Amino acid sequence: MRRSHFPAILTWAVLIFFYVPIILLVINSFNLNRQGTVWTGFTLKWYEQLFSAKGRAIWSALSNTLIVALLSTVGATILGTCGAFALHKFKSKFQNFHYCLIYTPLVVPDILIGISLLIFFMAVKIQLGLSTIVIAHITFCVSYVAMAVLSRLQDFDMTILEAARDLGANRWTTTWKVLVPIILPGIFAGALLAFTLSIDDFVITFFVNGPGTTTLPIQIQGMIKRGALPLINALSTLLLAITFLAILGYQILLKRSQRQSG
Amino acid sequence: MGSSRGEFRKRLLGEYAVTAPSLLWMTLFFLLPTLIIFAIAFRSRGEFGGIGDQWTFETLKSLSYPNYPSIIWRTIWMSVACTGLTLAIAIPVAYYIARVSARTRDLVMLLTIIPFWTNFLIRIFAWKSVLHPEGMLKSFLVWCHVLSPDAILLYRPEAVLVVMVYTELPFAILPLYAAAEKFDFSLFEAAMDLGASRLYAFFHVFVPGIAEGVLSACLMVLIPCVGSYVIPDMVGGKDSMMIGNIIVRTTLENRNIPAAAALSAVMTLVMFLPLLYFLKRKKNPDGSASPAKEVV
Repeated sequence: MRRSHFPAILTWAVLIFFYVPIILLVINSFNLNRQGTVWTGFTLKWYEQLFSAKGRAIWSALSNTLIVALLSTVGATILGTCGAFALHKFKSKFQNFHYCLIYTPLVVPDILIGISLLIFFMAVKIQLGLSTIVIAHITFCVSYVAMAVLSRLQDFDMTILEAARDLGANRWTTTWKVLVPIILPGIFAGALLAFTLSIDDFVITFFVNGPGTTTLPIQIQGMIKRGALPLINALSTLLLAITFLAILGYQILLKRSQRQSG
Repeated sequence: MGSSRGEFRKRLLGEYAVTAPSLLWMTLFFLLPTLIIFAIAFRSRGEFGGIGDQWTFETLKSLSYPNYPSIIWRTIWMSVACTGLTLAIAIPVAYYIARVSARTRDLVMLLTIIPFWTNFLIRIFAWKSVLHPEGMLKSFLVWCHVLSPDAILLYRPEAVLVVMVYTELPFAILPLYAAAEKFDFSLFEAAMDLGASRLYAFFHVFVPGIAEGVLSACLMVLIPCVGSYVIPDMVGGKDSMMIGNIIVRTTLENRNIPAAAALSAVMTLVMFLPLLYFLKRKKNPDGSASPAKEVV
């Protein structure tokens, strides 16, 4: 049967659409022209500026981002994993409510989560700062971790836990030697997702950040508003390179582990 | 009797112990703040941009600015248009990905996910230079005689729409592909053997076959669109403001928290119906189309 070429052409056009702006940005980070509209010559000037006094605010924002991401990943992973266990193990009206509570943030726009938390913090008079950012990040990350762990739990035949108990393992051994190793990939995937979402978050952080707690996305937005265009190009290219290397590394590890297990 | 009762109590205690952390956290920092905006909408404006002590209807009355209905209307039509366009592109893409060889499929999926891994602001910023008045896209379009040299690409609703489709496409492709992967393509061929044209089979066999994925994708795209703030702010002009922009403006520039709360309450209500429908469909936690699988 002859197949239509339309879906193929469309797919590759979409991929081009995805990458054209990104490639242009990378090219412009080496462009001498400040506006980046025409090519006026090759330069590494913007990268030098990034590592000079001009770029100091960026690195302190980066350290804030990493602190927030680490704390919220740990918090969200603990809460989300517990929540997923409860949802998987117990079925009741009460758990249905619990499920809605965990699921709903996934389908509520960021801006509503951000503004309602800001108003909440103002109403109970909590000073905005790193702690409010961490609280906000934990709140939206819990849902992602819980869903990742839950989908792992659902994929497994939990009767092996009973088998372990029948074979004489006590509750402690069953939990740590059987259950945890099974769901560890789910917890790991959830934690990784929480970490990347936290690093990437702009909208929610924008509402709940306080003086002196600028994170990297907030800093980038400020630079865009101030028109520090070439510096953003250079910074973005560095971040893109890190992302690509991380994905490449992950893919290589994945291939290797697949080869070992298969 | 006594021992079974003790067992029951122990079990209940165990349930509370694992449920409590996430339940309490989400009640305190998600449910309560969401409910609070409805209460604050009826509060007066406090000193220094805070929340006042009086209850009042003034805030709600202050929402009747003449340009607000047009902004709310724009938010709705832009979100619907973005969802429609995104799905019109993503459904054939999902169809393609589900039918090609495993190698190509992995490559296309990886290339689709990578933009999702790069910072959201950076992706939007990249569009600013693409659409720039002296940028390459415009020079190219002028050279092709599609545009006149004095046309403007940036700072208009169409630019906002293009960038919204750009950022939302991966979120539509993933759930659609997840559904298309499970679709039995022999049905498609059967329809064609029975005389259906390819287009007819696509719309009457394939699309209904992945209905669950289409619904997921619709909401995955529609909801962030309604809440858009950054994209209209960065690539849009005065005539492309959306509800998100006025929420931010009343919060951070006018420091009028009760008014911002009232606007957020409006946004919540706008989305309440589709959300409720979605939650009803997805209430069953054992559903195979769990969003976690689509995201992870």
